[in-house]
Amino acid sequence: MTVAAPRSLRMPARYLLRSALNAFNTNKTSWVGLVLFSLIALAALLAPLLAPHDPIEQNVLAKLRPPTSDHPLGTDSFGRDILSRLLYGARVSLVIGFVATLAAMAVGSAIGLFAGWYGHRFDALVMQVMDVLLAFPSLILGLLIVAMLGPSMTNIIAAIALTSVPAFARIARAPTIAVKQREYVEACRALGYSDARIMLRHILPNIFPEILVMGSLWLANAIRTEASLAFIGLGVKPPTATWGGMIREGFENILDSAWLTLAPGFAILVVVFSLNLLGDGLRDAVDPRLRGEA
Amino acid sequence: MAAFIIRRLGFAVVTLLAVLTLVFVLVRIVPGDPAQVILGDQASRDAILAMRVRLGLDRPLWAQYVEFLSGAVQGNWGASMVTGRPVIEEVLRVLPWTIELTCASLLLGAVIGVPLGVWAAVRRNRLTDYIARIASLLGLSFPPFVSAILLLFGFAILVPLFPVISATTGSISAWWQAIALPAINLGLITAAYITRVTRSAMLEVLSEDYVRTARAKGVPWHVVIWRHALRNALIPIITVFGLYLSILIGNSVLTEIVFNRPGLGKLIVGALNQRDYTMLQGMMVIYTLIVVLVNLATDLAYAFVDPRIKLQ
Amino acid sequence: MTSPVLSVCDLAVSFRLDRTWQSVVSDLSFDIGAGETVAIVGESGSGKSVTALAVMRLLPVNARIEGNIALADRQLLALREEDMRRVRGNEISMIFQEPMTSLNPVLTIGFQIAEALIYHRGLSRHQAEAEALRILDRVRIPAARQRLHDYPHRFSGGMRQRVMIAMALACRPKLLIADEPTTSLDVTTQAQILTLIKALQDEDGMSVLFITHDMGVVAEIADRVLVLRNGRKIELDTAPSVFALPKHPYTRSLLSAVPKLGDTRGHATPVHFPVNGTTGVSALTVPVTSTVDETSRPVLEVSGLTARFDIRSGLVRRVTSRVHAIENVSFSIRAGETLALVGESGCGKSTTGRSVLRLVQPTAGTIIFDGTDLGKLTRAELRTVRRRMQMVFQDPFASLNPKMTVGAAIAEPMVVHGLADPATALDRVAALLFKVGLTPDMASRFPHEFSGGQRQRLCIARALGLSPLLIVADEAVSALDVSIKAQVINLLMNLQAELGLAYLFISHDIAVVERVSHRIAVMYLGEIVEIGPRAAVIENAQHPYTRKLIQAVPIPDPRRRAERRGLANEEIPSPVRPADYVSPPRTYREVSPGHVVQEWH
Repeated sequence: MTVAAPRSLRMPARYLLRSALNAFNTNKTSWVGLVLFSLIALAALLAPLLAPHDPIEQNVLAKLRPPTSDHPLGTDSFGRDILSRLLYGARVSLVIGFVATLAAMAVGSAIGLFAGWYGHRFDALVMQVMDVLLAFPSLILGLLIVAMLGPSMTNIIAAIALTSVPAFARIARAPTIAVKQREYVEACRALGYSDARIMLRHILPNIFPEILVMGSLWLANAIRTEASLAFIGLGVKPPTATWGGMIREGFENILDSAWLTLAPGFAILVVVFSLNLLGDGLRDAVDPRLRGEA
Repeated sequence: MAAFIIRRLGFAVVTLLAVLTLVFVLVRIVPGDPAQVILGDQASRDAILAMRVRLGLDRPLWAQYVEFLSGAVQGNWGASMVTGRPVIEEVLRVLPWTIELTCASLLLGAVIGVPLGVWAAVRRNRLTDYIARIASLLGLSFPPFVSAILLLFGFAILVPLFPVISATTGSISAWWQAIALPAINLGLITAAYITRVTRSAMLEVLSEDYVRTARAKGVPWHVVIWRHALRNALIPIITVFGLYLSILIGNSVLTEIVFNRPGLGKLIVGALNQRDYTMLQGMMVIYTLIVVLVNLATDLAYAFVDPRIKLQ
Repeated sequence: MTSPVLSVCDLAVSFRLDRTWQSVVSDLSFDIGAGETVAIVGESGSGKSVTALAVMRLLPVNARIEGNIALADRQLLALREEDMRRVRGNEISMIFQEPMTSLNPVLTIGFQIAEALIYHRGLSRHQAEAEALRILDRVRIPAARQRLHDYPHRFSGGMRQRVMIAMALACRPKLLIADEPTTSLDVTTQAQILTLIKALQDEDGMSVLFITHDMGVVAEIADRVLVLRNGRKIELDTAPSVFALPKHPYTRSLLSAVPKLGDTRGHATPVHFPVNGTTGVSALTVPVTSTVDETSRPVLEVSGLTARFDIRSGLVRRVTSRVHAIENVSFSIRAGETLALVGESGCGKSTTGRSVLRLVQPTAGTIIFDGTDLGKLTRAELRTVRRRMQMVFQDPFASLNPKMTVGAAIAEPMVVHGLADPATALDRVAALLFKVGLTPDMASRFPHEFSGGQRQRLCIARALGLSPLLIVADEAVSALDVSIKAQVINLLMNLQAELGLAYLFISHDIAVVERVSHRIAVMYLGEIVEIGPRAAVIENAQHPYTRKLIQAVPIPDPRRRAERRGLANEEIPSPVRPADYVSPPRTYREVSPGHVVQEWH
């Protein structure tokens, strides 16, 4: 009897797809989060097509108007269309959020991975530094950095990334230490693999799901922080539309028009909520105890 | 146990030192001359030079550092560049307000969050669990300033139950009026976090072997939950608590701004806007001091709850 | 015949998974008389634990129980939850497998024992703790008065299990359900616990439902035996009948896979397991030739191996004491030979295996592998030498990277060491899979798709890829079911005959070791106390510890039950020594050619 030989030793792509689907199906709310967030991201991407007006075009005659057919969400205190500013503001928030989170994820996870793998003094030193950074209330630290360096997009991204790095270091370090003690990693050492190979091919793929889930939750956080900074007045400089800035403006004019506050407020809520749904739903799938592997 | 405490204290001191240094460096990275910024564009060169001397900016950097550190340790954090009053005085003036708000929100958060989290864990995957999970997720998705504005709008403007500016003092009812909305804002968000943490900690504990043992002994279910399970769940809950504090501080800054309530939050934002560097320095120090102290306290609480650490 | 204490009739348990009901137990009927011990035996998935939990009504919410369970004359399944709660811990008690996690870490043991009395007998806390003290004495916990207020983490595994028993017996139940209570314990501790349960049972006239997978334990304690497989009753009879005249083929094959101490008496070489799943016929097969290469230099020569781990405490993290894991261990292994390292937990056998492979850095001693002194090598040179010695670990579920296909995992070592490039690796993987009794199409699957026994074969295949001279098997079969264990051991022996492999077989199970090894070394507290040819060590054991170990092994033959003598209740001492400790000198005595014993006083 002949048995079919395997065609290659590579990881079958269908496996990745199937495990991703399984992950989403573990907790159905993650689908809701994914769909909601994708819609918003799509809207932000297509802002130039969807926006009825130029977001910075002022019209002093039409200040603080309630919604009309021409301005579906009304106008702000400079007569600018709220809907258009909302769509363009989404771009700012999402770009800042993504870049900051990706940077923090890459740097923080690397730090956590190395600290967990090498252990001993190196680990103790690195985690001490991380704990010091964590001792700063993150919003305050972010405030300080942006205030000192000036509110530009780069600086805001840097500030948010910096405050997120310690969290990712922690998130990567704990499972690294757990995986390090597993027999298959000991087997790798007995088989004479280099540290780099073990970290890259054996540890990282096993801690990656947890890091990714954390990433989506921190993206939510980053977007919320950016909005908070903008609200305080340290967002990207006007006249660029930012959600936080719009709320700040709306707060000042709250007695005249609630729309200026409600629209971006609702938008932030929906984005952050959808990301939290997504990350939280995936977290159930990623929990090693529930996966049955631990 | 003693060694544990001393080691934690040592770490706290090191952290404080590191933070102070970081603050020092950070405040001096600012582009532009602080003296010039304070005096404005029209100031003469002599005035600017005099101001630099007054601010101590003409000294070499290391001397400034030593002065800063020794001053900080002695409680002399310089004087506000704007009001001229000692920083520490300004801080102490508003500190009670912040502490009051923080305590109120923590209390509210725990009173709502812990029972809700326990309930959700016990009724896992049923409707109540589902609702609790979604509600808490929603609660912590709310940007605190948005929820604050909504509360303000709803209960101070549309339905004028509370004042728009929460700073009046005097009678109990006035105090209550001032603190209610901000505390509810922070408290609900805190409750959302605590619910989530409690729920996941309880879920983990309820699946442990010793809970099965307790049931096999015939211990009543409510005793199993509250005495056997929750006491163990407290360990991770307390741990998360220390991490949450950082978020809480950020949230309270935003809340104070919206409700126009005196406190550290408004102070720091004011200092930022006015480029009051000594004030900023002092604020950073006090924030970090708070965080380090609270983390120390939670570490100690942790040691008290878990006998494995207590007896080491 | 008095009416039975517990009567189970047509029990069926199903679990709801993904919208379908999966049957776990079906058509199960048996009963337990007063003062009787009934053992439920089966391999994993047989439903034995589920049955026990069903009697206690402690199954998860997605379980459905059908049938009748009667305690004396009361229908347990019809009771309200509150009434069932009054039965638990009161009339029926249960003890579990894992003593390390079954006690609440934040409550004192005194309180945990007293709790049953408080809730079932209405005693005050004070009265209940006084009674708890009495019970602690009954379960022979030394210095009970002081330990009443201790927390569980201060107790060892054996002690914790005694506390569990105390908790279970507090209200003098009619029936004690014991779910694998000794599986996680050392064999000497196991013997003590079994004796204790028997003694308490006699004192109280209690019935016991004992769940286990170990036929030796069954033979020790059971009056009647119930064999389960896939949730169905295979056989139910008195213990002597089941062992002497098993009726069902499955029972026969199960018994044939159980290693019995003394089976290899008279055979010079290791003996395969007579595994025949269909007929269950038991026949000892004898390999014709010896696999040991007597002529050339030994593959591994270890002398004076010592490993000590520092314990730092206090403010400045001074070294206050050390764990003396291995002390002055010396042995050698020839090509084609199996040396077994036997001992209980903490004796240092695992550390020895790891030190040989340099996964642990020894503090002193030399290891000469294939003529090369490992201590003198650079890291790069060590890497090359490492190829020729491999390890198979205990936990088949953690030994393979869950995110990698098994084919890639087996091929990786060959690719890393340059023995094959990714193209040819495919063929070699296929060949290796055949060699271990699997098929090449399995290469593209992931570890979670395989059973424990299959995963262990995959680990062996991975180790073989580098054509090693020595394989260290660290409890490699301990976590497997009885019949799978036998198959994997047979595989190892076949590979040894075919490839001339040397094995360092580390195990706590002497009966298994007796089958597999040419020579045996017994370890205690980090030292080898006795070493020699298998027959010499087992049949002519000299050192008191070796004797104690052999005597504690449960014999899967009820007729020999009376041979068990009473055992002392000591715990294995800890290997931690103060920082300035100096090991006393040891002398050794040769009893017969190759059989050496450490002198004791």
